[in-house]
Amino acid sequence: MKVKLPTPSEALDRVRETEVWKSIFRPGSIFRRGYKDTSRDRALATMNNVLYHLHPVKMKRHGLKLTYTFCLGGLSFFLFIVLTITGIFLMFFYRPAAELGSAAAYTDMQNIRTSVFFGDLVRNMHRWGAHLMVLSVTLHMARVFYTGSYKPPREFNWVIGVLLLFLTLGLSFTGYLLPWDQLSIWAVTVGTSLGGYAPFIAKQTNFLLLGGVVVGPDTLLRWYVLHVLALPFVLVIFLSVHFWRIRKDGGISGPL
Amino acid sequence: MAREDTPLDQETFDKVLADELAKGTDRRVAEGRARSAAVRAYRAAHGEPAPSAAAAPTDGAASGDGGQAPAVPAATPAAAPAAAAAAAAAPAPGGTTAVATMPAPQAPAPTGNVPEPKKGAPEKHRLLALVPPEGIQRVEREQGDRINVWPHLLIEEFIALLVVLAGLTIFSTLVNAPLRELANPNLTPNPSKAPWYFLGLQELLRYFHPMVAGVVFAPTLVLLALAVVPFVDRNPSIKPGDRKLAITLFTMLMMFGATLTIIGSFFRGTGYNWVWPWAQGVFFDL
Repeated sequence: MKVKLPTPSEALDRVRETEVWKSIFRPGSIFRRGYKDTSRDRALATMNNVLYHLHPVKMKRHGLKLTYTFCLGGLSFFLFIVLTITGIFLMFFYRPAAELGSAAAYTDMQNIRTSVFFGDLVRNMHRWGAHLMVLSVTLHMARVFYTGSYKPPREFNWVIGVLLLFLTLGLSFTGYLLPWDQLSIWAVTVGTSLGGYAPFIAKQTNFLLLGGVVVGPDTLLRWYVLHVLALPFVLVIFLSVHFWRIRKDGGISGPL
Repeated sequence: MAREDTPLDQETFDKVLADELAKGTDRRVAEGRARSAAVRAYRAAHGEPAPSAAAAPTDGAASGDGGQAPAVPAATPAAAPAAAAAAAAAPAPGGTTAVATMPAPQAPAPTGNVPEPKKGAPEKHRLLALVPPEGIQRVEREQGDRINVWPHLLIEEFIALLVVLAGLTIFSTLVNAPLRELANPNLTPNPSKAPWYFLGLQELLRYFHPMVAGVVFAPTLVLLALAVVPFVDRNPSIKPGDRKLAITLFTMLMMFGATLTIIGSFFRGTGYNWVWPWAQGVFFDL
């Protein structure tokens, strides 16, 4: 008996007819059989996707112009995702422990650079990505200012954006200490002393942040927890409100 | 539901229709009023509950399931007001002038408990919301020139994402992030610099007393001033031509910050003294 094998495209069609496939890809998905390039399916492609439904179905045409947004807000969010993924990878190989004269944190950093598979690349991406994110968030703020996008009804979203900028700086600064090398502890020492001139609360705040009067092993643990858990948690909350308000305030601002 | 299934009183129908047409009412509206009056008359004559005046107070208080009413006539009075509305008359478009011919069935007093589902009630339920015109929020917005987010915006975002990811990966392959020797609290490197985004502040502290630069400039002027920008700038226009002052001030602030940061990063060397980066080298780590 001769069995006729299906061609690859026939096989793909058959797979796309199965219950399992149809249960994964909701109607309107471009991976579902029968997707047509109609207004209805284009709308469903946005609405029925967990990633895309942050977006509206339709938007103002001018928002597509690259020179209006430069994609800066979206790229800041994308860099946050990249930093989360690379950061989780690095967490597997890093202990925030330090003693005088020797430090597990520093040894782990050297191991990441030399023995961990792709460790050096991931660490570089995490570091450069963090600097890039500070830059892109700052530029995003400038773009929003120059397009007047903070004007009613978007005033409060601007305030949230300022908070997000400072959270980004906080995340970058807390991460700066973690390698526990000469560069990091002295940059943090100088950085925290800059804020130490504020009257009344500065001494207490610095003591709370550093876990002492100088940068030491307690600081490392505190800043590690801030860096990998506390600050990202707060940032994600404000990020959600930020995105939600964009939609509620009428989508992209303008046109100019 | 077929409208024809609803029993009605033909005499009343003809009479009301003739009256309405004589008044000059539009034929469609007149038919609707005649039909609703006829249904009420039929129900009154056959001892069925008339639509409650309380449950159907407004114009066009039509029920979605009027046709099912004759099938469950007896159960209706005991049910909740919503059920009474479900048993109400056939659609009555336009202003209903006919008066209910029977007293409204009394709805059970609220007990605070969750109401029991009616015996034999269908699994599906339909709800018909009646919204008076003044209850509708009118959104005044121009439709404008709008495009689909998929595929136009999503493809653009995807390309931007790929470009940045490729750039970051290539850069990370070529350039290693710095890792100096183990931290030593007893050995201060020269110069000691903050991370680059704080170097503007560090530079500022060179020129001003710490109380001025550290307190007035950094947290107050930047954080607070940025946060209150929308509440200070009351100019409603977003046209750059109308916002010369705002744009000038903001650009000056950004340039001020950028200049200080660049000076602090590249023009400060040993002892945090002035250097020319092309002559004495760069004392800067990212």
